[in-house]
Amino acid sequence: MAKAKLESHHIEREWCKGCGICVAFCPKQVLELDRHEKAVAKRLDDCICCKLCEMRCPDLAIQVTCRKGSE
Amino acid sequence: MAVRDYLRERFFPHIWCPGCGHGVVLNSLLRTVEELGFTKNQIAVVSGIGCSSRISGYVDFHTLHTLHGRALAFATGLKLQKPDLRVIVPMGDGDALAIGGNHFLHAARRNIDLTAIVMNNRTYGMTGGQYSPLSGVGTAATTAPYGNIDPGFDTVRLAAAAGATFVARTTTYHVQQLVKILGEAIQHQGFSVVEVLSQCPTYFGRKNKAGSAVDMMRQFKDQTTPVGSEAKQGNPALIERGVFVREQRPEYCAAYDEVVRRAQGGR
Repeated sequence: MAKAKLESHHIEREWCKGCGICVAFCPKQVLELDRHEKAVAKRLDDCICCKLCEMRCPDLAIQVTCRKGSE
Repeated sequence: MAVRDYLRERFFPHIWCPGCGHGVVLNSLLRTVEELGFTKNQIAVVSGIGCSSRISGYVDFHTLHTLHGRALAFATGLKLQKPDLRVIVPMGDGDALAIGGNHFLHAARRNIDLTAIVMNNRTYGMTGGQYSPLSGVGTAATTAPYGNIDPGFDTVRLAAAAGATFVARTTTYHVQQLVKILGEAIQHQGFSVVEVLSQCPTYFGRKNKAGSAVDMMRQFKDQTTPVGSEAKQGNPALIERGVFVREQRPEYCAAYDEVVRRAQGGR
Protein backbone atom coordinates (compact mmCIF):
# COMPACT_ATOMS: atom_id res chain seq x y z
CA MET A 1 0.00 0.00 0.00
CA ALA A 2 1.24 3.46 -0.84
CA LYS A 3 2.26 5.56 2.14
CA ALA A 4 0.05 8.48 3.10
CA LYS A 5 1.69 11.86 2.60
CA LEU A 6 1.17 14.84 4.84
CA GLU A 7 -0.70 17.71 3.26
CA SER A 8 -1.24 19.94 6.29
CA HIS A 9 -0.96 19.81 10.07
CA HIS A 10 -3.15 22.44 11.67
CA ILE A 11 -3.25 23.30 15.38
CA GLU A 12 -5.98 25.63 16.59
CA ARG A 13 -3.93 27.67 19.06
CA GLU A 14 -6.95 29.18 20.77
CA TRP A 15 -8.31 25.71 21.57
CA CYS A 16 -5.03 24.10 22.69
CA LYS A 17 -4.66 23.99 26.47
CA GLY A 18 -1.12 22.65 26.42
CA CYS A 19 -1.73 19.29 28.12
CA GLY A 20 1.14 17.72 26.16
CA ILE A 21 -0.71 14.52 25.20
CA CYS A 22 0.11 14.98 21.51
CA VAL A 23 3.75 15.71 22.32
CA ALA A 24 4.15 12.66 24.59
CA PHE A 25 2.49 10.08 22.34
CA CYS A 26 3.70 11.14 18.90
CA PRO A 27 5.72 8.13 17.70
CA LYS A 28 8.09 10.43 15.77
CA GLN A 29 8.48 13.32 18.24
CA VAL A 30 7.10 15.79 15.73
CA LEU A 31 5.43 18.03 18.29
CA GLU A 32 6.61 20.32 21.08
CA LEU A 33 5.08 22.77 23.51
CA ASP A 34 6.27 26.32 22.86
CA ARG A 35 7.03 28.92 25.52
CA HIS A 36 3.32 29.78 25.74
CA GLU A 37 2.57 26.09 26.45
CA LYS A 38 0.82 25.57 23.15
CA ALA A 39 1.50 22.60 20.90
CA VAL A 40 3.45 23.26 17.73
CA ALA A 41 4.47 20.82 15.01
CA LYS A 42 8.24 21.40 14.89
CA ARG A 43 9.45 18.53 12.74
CA LEU A 44 6.80 18.03 10.08
CA ASP A 45 9.23 16.20 7.80
CA ASP A 46 9.17 13.34 10.30
CA CYS A 47 5.34 13.08 10.39
CA ILE A 48 4.07 9.68 9.27
CA CYS A 49 0.36 10.66 9.11
CA CYS A 50 -0.69 8.23 11.85
CA LYS A 51 -3.06 10.94 13.15
CA LEU A 52 -2.68 9.78 16.75
CA CYS A 53 -2.16 13.41 17.84
CA GLU A 54 -5.44 14.39 16.19
CA MET A 55 -7.29 11.41 17.67
CA ARG A 56 -5.99 11.84 21.22
CA CYS A 57 -6.27 15.62 21.41
CA PRO A 58 -8.76 16.34 24.23
CA ASP A 59 -9.20 19.89 22.95
CA LEU A 60 -10.04 18.77 19.39
CA ALA A 61 -7.47 21.32 18.30
CA ILE A 62 -5.48 19.25 15.80
CA GLN A 63 -6.38 18.52 12.19
CA VAL A 64 -4.03 16.41 10.11
CA THR A 65 -4.74 16.20 6.40
CA CYS A 66 -3.04 13.50 4.38
CA ARG A 67 -3.27 12.26 0.87
CA LYS A 68 -2.62 8.76 -0.37
CA GLY A 69 0.84 8.91 -1.91
CA SER A 70 1.82 7.05 -5.07
CA GLU A 71 4.91 4.85 -4.84
CA MET B 1 -17.52 15.69 6.72
CA ALA B 2 -14.59 16.44 8.98
CA VAL B 3 -14.85 15.84 12.72
CA ARG B 4 -15.04 19.59 13.31
CA ASP B 5 -18.18 19.85 11.21
CA TYR B 6 -20.04 17.95 13.95
CA LEU B 7 -19.04 20.49 16.62
CA ARG B 8 -20.80 23.58 17.85
CA GLU B 9 -17.62 25.56 17.38
CA ARG B 10 -19.05 28.65 19.01
CA PHE B 11 -18.61 26.96 22.40
CA PHE B 12 -14.89 26.29 21.86
CA PRO B 13 -12.44 26.16 23.52
CA HIS B 14 -14.48 23.85 25.77
CA ILE B 15 -14.66 24.13 29.57
CA TRP B 16 -12.87 20.86 30.34
CA CYS B 17 -9.50 21.11 32.09
CA PRO B 18 -6.21 20.68 30.23
CA GLY B 19 -5.71 16.98 29.50
CA CYS B 20 -9.25 15.94 30.50
CA GLY B 21 -10.10 12.50 29.14
CA HIS B 22 -13.64 13.56 28.34
CA GLY B 23 -12.33 15.60 25.42
CA VAL B 24 -10.76 12.43 24.04
CA VAL B 25 -14.11 10.63 24.35
CA LEU B 26 -15.84 13.48 22.50
CA ASN B 27 -13.15 13.35 19.83
CA SER B 28 -13.58 9.58 19.37
CA LEU B 29 -17.37 9.80 19.40
CA LEU B 30 -17.38 12.32 16.54
CA ARG B 31 -14.86 10.23 14.64
CA THR B 32 -17.14 7.21 15.04
CA VAL B 33 -20.20 9.08 13.77
CA GLU B 34 -18.16 10.30 10.81
CA GLU B 35 -16.95 6.79 10.01
CA LEU B 36 -20.46 5.36 10.21
CA GLY B 37 -21.63 8.10 7.85
CA PHE B 38 -24.56 9.37 9.90
CA THR B 39 -25.99 12.80 9.27
CA LYS B 40 -26.46 15.18 12.20
CA ASN B 41 -30.21 14.61 12.13
CA GLN B 42 -29.92 10.85 12.68
CA ILE B 43 -28.22 11.17 16.07
CA ALA B 44 -29.53 12.31 19.45
CA VAL B 45 -27.21 12.80 22.40
CA VAL B 46 -28.86 12.82 25.82
CA SER B 47 -26.84 13.64 28.92
CA GLY B 48 -27.37 14.31 32.62
CA ILE B 49 -25.20 16.47 34.85
CA GLY B 50 -21.48 16.55 35.41
CA CYS B 51 -18.29 17.29 33.51
CA SER B 52 -19.02 14.38 31.17
CA SER B 53 -22.53 15.60 30.48
CA ARG B 54 -21.28 18.87 29.05
CA ILE B 55 -20.61 16.80 25.94
CA SER B 56 -24.18 17.29 24.73
CA GLY B 57 -23.59 21.03 24.44
CA TYR B 58 -20.63 20.58 22.13
CA VAL B 59 -22.06 18.24 19.51
CA ASP B 60 -24.20 19.53 16.67
CA PHE B 61 -26.77 16.71 16.80
CA HIS B 62 -30.19 16.63 18.42
CA THR B 63 -29.27 17.12 22.08
CA LEU B 64 -30.92 17.00 25.49
CA HIS B 65 -29.08 18.14 28.61
CA THR B 66 -31.25 16.72 31.40
CA LEU B 67 -31.30 15.98 35.13
CA HIS B 68 -28.50 14.43 37.17
CA GLY B 69 -28.62 10.66 36.74
CA ARG B 70 -31.79 10.73 34.67
CA ALA B 71 -30.33 10.85 31.17
CA LEU B 72 -31.32 7.23 30.49
CA ALA B 73 -34.91 7.93 31.58
CA PHE B 74 -35.17 10.87 29.16
CA ALA B 75 -33.45 8.82 26.49
CA THR B 76 -35.94 5.99 26.97
CA GLY B 77 -38.83 8.36 26.34
CA LEU B 78 -37.13 9.84 23.31
CA LYS B 79 -36.29 6.47 21.81
CA LEU B 80 -39.85 5.15 22.24
CA GLN B 81 -41.22 8.25 20.51
CA LYS B 82 -38.53 8.45 17.80
CA PRO B 83 -37.20 4.89 17.36
CA ASP B 84 -35.37 5.82 14.15
CA LEU B 85 -32.95 8.08 15.99
CA ARG B 86 -29.62 6.67 17.16
CA VAL B 87 -29.69 7.71 20.80
CA ILE B 88 -26.34 8.07 22.54
CA VAL B 89 -26.16 8.69 26.29
CA PRO B 90 -22.78 9.85 27.61
CA MET B 91 -22.63 9.77 31.41
CA GLY B 92 -20.08 10.14 34.14
CA ASP B 93 -19.42 7.32 36.60
CA GLY B 94 -21.39 8.99 39.38
CA ASP B 95 -24.15 10.12 37.04
CA ALA B 96 -24.53 6.61 35.59
CA LEU B 97 -24.02 4.37 38.60
CA ALA B 98 -24.81 6.36 41.76
CA ILE B 99 -27.49 8.96 41.09
CA GLY B 100 -28.65 7.14 37.97
CA GLY B 101 -27.88 3.60 39.11
CA ASN B 102 -31.49 2.51 39.06
CA HIS B 103 -32.15 3.88 35.58
CA PHE B 104 -29.00 2.15 34.40
CA LEU B 105 -30.14 -1.25 35.70
CA HIS B 106 -33.61 -0.98 34.24
CA ALA B 107 -32.52 0.31 30.83
CA ALA B 108 -30.25 -2.75 30.69
CA ARG B 109 -33.05 -5.06 31.84
CA ARG B 110 -35.40 -3.72 29.17
CA ASN B 111 -32.76 -3.94 26.47
CA ILE B 112 -33.86 -0.66 24.92
CA ASP B 113 -31.76 0.36 21.93
CA LEU B 114 -29.61 3.08 23.50
CA THR B 115 -25.84 3.48 23.63
CA ALA B 116 -24.68 4.30 27.15
CA ILE B 117 -21.13 5.61 27.43
CA VAL B 118 -19.83 5.55 30.99
CA MET B 119 -16.98 8.08 31.06
CA ASN B 120 -15.28 6.74 34.15
CA ASN B 121 -12.86 9.20 35.75
CA ARG B 122 -13.51 7.78 39.25
CA THR B 123 -14.57 11.09 40.74
CA TYR B 124 -17.12 13.91 40.73
CA GLY B 125 -14.95 16.46 38.97
CA MET B 126 -17.45 19.26 38.52
CA THR B 127 -18.22 19.54 42.24
CA GLY B 128 -14.66 19.29 43.48
CA GLY B 129 -13.47 15.67 43.59
CA GLN B 130 -15.81 13.68 45.84
CA TYR B 131 -15.53 9.87 45.67
CA SER B 132 -17.84 8.03 43.29
CA PRO B 133 -19.06 4.42 43.14
CA LEU B 134 -16.13 3.71 40.82
CA SER B 135 -13.35 5.34 42.88
CA GLY B 136 -12.50 2.09 44.65
CA VAL B 137 -11.08 1.17 48.05
CA GLY B 138 -8.02 3.07 49.18
CA THR B 139 -8.34 6.01 46.80
CA ALA B 140 -8.23 9.56 48.10
CA ALA B 141 -10.99 12.08 47.46
CA THR B 142 -12.16 15.40 48.87
CA THR B 143 -14.71 13.42 50.88
CA ALA B 144 -12.26 10.63 51.74
CA PRO B 145 -9.07 12.38 52.85
CA TYR B 146 -7.95 9.30 54.84
CA GLY B 147 -8.78 6.83 52.07
CA ASN B 148 -12.03 5.59 50.60
CA ILE B 149 -13.56 2.47 52.20
CA ASP B 150 -16.30 1.98 49.57
CA PRO B 151 -15.59 -0.85 47.13
CA GLY B 152 -16.15 0.15 43.49
CA PHE B 153 -18.59 -1.40 41.05
CA ASP B 154 -17.30 -3.40 38.11
CA THR B 155 -19.30 -1.60 35.40
CA VAL B 156 -18.91 -4.42 32.92
CA ARG B 157 -20.14 -7.16 35.25
CA LEU B 158 -22.93 -4.94 36.55
CA ALA B 159 -24.18 -4.12 33.03
CA ALA B 160 -23.95 -7.73 31.92
CA ALA B 161 -25.80 -9.02 34.99
CA ALA B 162 -28.56 -6.44 34.51
CA GLY B 163 -29.11 -7.63 30.94
CA ALA B 164 -27.21 -5.28 28.63
CA THR B 165 -26.70 -7.06 25.31
CA PHE B 166 -23.50 -5.26 24.32
CA VAL B 167 -20.91 -4.51 26.98
CA ALA B 168 -17.39 -3.24 26.37
CA ARG B 169 -14.57 -1.37 28.08
CA THR B 170 -11.62 0.60 26.84
CA THR B 171 -9.60 3.71 27.74
CA THR B 172 -8.75 7.14 26.36
CA TYR B 173 -5.24 5.88 25.60
CA HIS B 174 -6.65 3.22 23.24
CA VAL B 175 -8.38 5.63 20.86
CA GLN B 176 -8.44 3.32 17.87
CA GLN B 177 -10.14 0.62 19.92
CA LEU B 178 -12.49 3.25 21.36
CA VAL B 179 -13.68 4.31 17.89
CA LYS B 180 -14.14 0.67 16.87
CA ILE B 181 -16.09 -0.22 20.02
CA LEU B 182 -18.29 2.89 19.87
CA GLY B 183 -19.10 2.05 16.26
CA GLU B 184 -20.18 -1.44 17.18
CA ALA B 185 -22.13 -0.18 20.19
CA ILE B 186 -24.07 2.43 18.18
CA GLN B 187 -24.98 -0.12 15.54
CA HIS B 188 -25.95 -2.79 18.07
CA GLN B 189 -29.70 -3.43 18.34
CA GLY B 190 -30.35 -3.26 22.07
CA PHE B 191 -28.88 -1.68 25.18
CA SER B 192 -25.15 -1.21 24.80
CA VAL B 193 -22.75 -0.08 27.49
CA VAL B 194 -19.25 1.21 26.80
CA GLU B 195 -17.12 2.01 29.82
CA VAL B 196 -14.25 4.34 28.98
CA LEU B 197 -11.52 4.85 31.58
CA SER B 198 -10.98 8.60 31.38
CA GLN B 199 -8.39 10.70 33.20
CA CYS B 200 -9.27 13.54 35.57
CA PRO B 201 -5.82 15.02 36.21
CA THR B 202 -7.32 17.92 38.16
CA TYR B 203 -9.07 15.98 40.93
CA PHE B 204 -8.60 12.23 40.83
CA GLY B 205 -5.07 12.57 39.52
CA ARG B 206 -3.96 15.22 41.97
CA LYS B 207 -5.61 13.62 45.02
CA ASN B 208 -4.11 10.25 44.19
CA LYS B 209 -0.68 11.46 43.06
CA ALA B 210 -1.27 9.91 39.65
CA GLY B 211 0.67 12.61 37.84
CA SER B 212 -0.24 14.50 34.68
CA ALA B 213 -2.81 13.59 32.05
CA VAL B 214 -0.01 11.97 30.08
CA ASP B 215 1.05 9.91 33.12
CA MET B 216 -2.53 8.81 33.71
CA MET B 217 -2.91 7.71 30.08
CA ARG B 218 0.34 5.74 30.39
CA GLN B 219 -1.19 4.04 33.43
CA PHE B 220 -4.23 3.09 31.32
CA LYS B 221 -1.81 1.47 28.91
CA ASP B 222 0.13 -0.35 31.62
CA GLN B 223 -2.80 -1.37 33.81
CA THR B 224 -5.07 -2.83 31.13
CA THR B 225 -4.89 -5.88 28.92
CA PRO B 226 -7.03 -7.24 26.05
CA VAL B 227 -9.89 -9.40 27.30
CA GLY B 228 -8.91 -13.06 27.60
CA SER B 229 -5.17 -12.36 27.42
CA GLU B 230 -2.58 -14.50 29.16
CA ALA B 231 -1.21 -11.43 30.94
CA LYS B 232 -4.35 -11.34 33.10
CA GLN B 233 -3.58 -14.82 34.49
CA GLY B 234 -0.12 -13.70 35.52
CA ASN B 235 -1.33 -10.40 36.97
CA PRO B 236 -4.97 -10.47 38.14
CA ALA B 237 -4.82 -6.74 38.97
CA LEU B 238 -4.85 -5.90 35.25
CA ILE B 239 -8.13 -4.45 33.96
CA GLU B 240 -9.45 -6.17 30.88
CA ARG B 241 -10.57 -4.14 27.89
CA GLY B 242 -12.47 -5.19 24.79
CA VAL B 243 -15.98 -6.51 24.13
CA PHE B 244 -17.37 -8.68 26.95
CA VAL B 245 -20.98 -9.24 25.89
CA ARG B 246 -22.39 -9.34 22.39
CA GLU B 247 -25.79 -11.03 22.21
CA GLN B 248 -29.27 -10.65 20.74
CA ARG B 249 -32.44 -10.39 22.81
CA PRO B 250 -35.84 -8.81 21.93
CA GLU B 251 -35.46 -5.03 21.84
CA TYR B 252 -37.83 -2.91 23.95
CA CYS B 253 -39.20 -0.53 21.29
CA ALA B 254 -39.92 -3.43 18.96
CA ALA B 255 -41.67 -5.29 21.77
CA TYR B 256 -43.71 -2.18 22.58
CA ASP B 257 -44.75 -1.80 18.93
CA GLU B 258 -46.04 -5.35 19.13
CA VAL B 259 -48.13 -4.46 22.19
CA VAL B 260 -49.59 -1.47 20.32
CA ARG B 261 -50.46 -3.70 17.40
CA ARG B 262 -52.16 -6.24 19.71
CA ALA B 263 -54.08 -3.52 21.57
CA GLN B 264 -55.39 -2.10 18.33
CA GLY B 265 -56.59 -5.57 17.36
CA GLY B 266 -55.64 -5.09 13.74
CA ARG B 267 -57.64 -1.83 13.37
